[in-house]
Amino acid sequence: MAEKFDLNEREVWDGNYAASQAMRQAKVDVMAAYPITPSTPIVENYGAYVANGYIDGEFVMVESEHAAMSACVGASAAGGRVATATSSQGFALMVEVLYQASGMRLPIVLNVVNRALASPLNVRGDHADMYLGRDAGWIQFGAFNSQEAYDLALCAFKVAENHSVRLPVMIHQDGFITSHTAQNVYPLTDEAAYNFVGDIDPVDDMLDFSRPVTYGAQTEEDWHFEHKAKQHKAIMDSVPVIEEVFAEFEKISGRKYKRVETYMMEDAEVAIVALGTTVETSRVAAMKMREQGIKAGVVAPRVFRPFPFDLIRDALENVKSVAVLDRSSPGGAMGAFYNEISAALYTTPKRPLVTNYIYGLGGRDFAVQDAIDIYNEQKANADAGYITTDIQQFSGLRGPKLGFFQTKRS
Amino acid sequence: MIEIRWHSRAGQGAVTGAKSLGDIVATTGKEVQAFALYGSAKRGAALRAYNRIDDKPIITHEKFMYPDYVLVIDPALAMTDDITMNDKETTKYIITSHLNKEELIKEIPALEGKEDRVFVVDCIQISLDTIGRSIPNAPMLGAFVKVSGMFELDYFLENMKRVLAKFPQKIIDGNMQAITRAYNEVK
Repeated sequence: MAEKFDLNEREVWDGNYAASQAMRQAKVDVMAAYPITPSTPIVENYGAYVANGYIDGEFVMVESEHAAMSACVGASAAGGRVATATSSQGFALMVEVLYQASGMRLPIVLNVVNRALASPLNVRGDHADMYLGRDAGWIQFGAFNSQEAYDLALCAFKVAENHSVRLPVMIHQDGFITSHTAQNVYPLTDEAAYNFVGDIDPVDDMLDFSRPVTYGAQTEEDWHFEHKAKQHKAIMDSVPVIEEVFAEFEKISGRKYKRVETYMMEDAEVAIVALGTTVETSRVAAMKMREQGIKAGVVAPRVFRPFPFDLIRDALENVKSVAVLDRSSPGGAMGAFYNEISAALYTTPKRPLVTNYIYGLGGRDFAVQDAIDIYNEQKANADAGYITTDIQQFSGLRGPKLGFFQTKRS
Repeated sequence: MIEIRWHSRAGQGAVTGAKSLGDIVATTGKEVQAFALYGSAKRGAALRAYNRIDDKPIITHEKFMYPDYVLVIDPALAMTDDITMNDKETTKYIITSHLNKEELIKEIPALEGKEDRVFVVDCIQISLDTIGRSIPNAPMLGAFVKVSGMFELDYFLENMKRVLAKFPQKIIDGNMQAITRAYNEVK
């Protein structure tokens, strides 16, 4: 039996520690991980819990992130509750197996500390790794601080293992800005956390010898398409389960999560749409804008996949000018997040102006003042009725101003 | 909101110091944030750590700040790092040095005119005497408790014992002495 871990009602934890505590409380059967850089202190902390007797499950140390996710696939197919964590280059190495995990409909939970991808080598936060995994068929939750990294990790098991979902779930937190920043965190008791997550009830587990099943079969053009379509539908159909799990979590914690979080949007004329810690920093800027009489708000997908196309429209359709912030190098296109938000808004009657800001790559600070500058440009767009700046700009970049494309006006 | 910036070298314990301070401040019911900028820094490299303290949840995640307190735990960094960066007219400086205040300010022109806001304490010597190693973070916390008036010394010491609970008694005792000495010696 695992030893009892003493928790206070109020802890001061960084995002890594918060996520590792959620893994401990969920009583994971198998944690397979590569517990050195580029992985995260999440698995280092977890390893310490194992060594100190706080964990009953297995901790499998593997030789790489590819092997880590492969071991997770095996353990999950066998019927266990399975989780791991990674970041950056490690995530990149894991990508091949991410697709396999989702294709096999395995409810694995992956904590991702979002960090930049080399080259140049960089250990700080941006969203390049998250974007790399966004088409991998996983449900993706975004935490904006340590508390949320903890809360959403608990929710992740409950969504992933739900029999009408059966999909892997990632929880994203910003590298360093969340993962290495200690803040007040109010954890649940071990009992409350486990009662919420509940026992795993595996489906088609390979250790059920009375009912043999195959995982990872081959299909060619005869069936592959149907499998992938079914998988896509499963992600789309996970929405009610996610909402149900968030509602249940609110009942035990008092903390409310929505698929799209909105702040000061009731009467907003200009808005920032962002992911991660930038959401909270932008809220500070929006409050300052409102002191000057500019109706600013913030919109943020809490659930990045399934993409909340519907709720994004509801939140933004009456705004005049929207800035979508991408924390990933776009590599020769508009930011991917910008494209997704724009597609949603294109199907609204009023079609707000939408501009794209690339920012914060490799951990470049995103300050409140940067968000204020962005709001001021949105206000100018709203007043002019067209995009007055380049459509894609770079916020916080040193050197000459960089931007691409202008509005076509007759 | 109170904002604190630490100037340190990797290995001197600024990150641990900032996190310990956050931990103890949180026990008073405040919301805290503690973070550092170091990345792949190696032992001896200059780094900065930060604290924020507020009555309501802290939602800004910018690194930028106008510090209320600047805590310098490496004597040489006081001379070479930009310790007055983004300061305010009320920013207080606590600097570790074997020099006295007058001698120190003579070496750091940026501190001229700020004499009444500069406090000096020899955290290096205190940690060598009490802990047996050059770990100047604990004495700096003692000096901060005195200068800020944020806590009673006894309250801080009791809570620090809890933060250090996993260490051997000898280390805990050394830290208690270091904090107390710096509290009494900071000028």
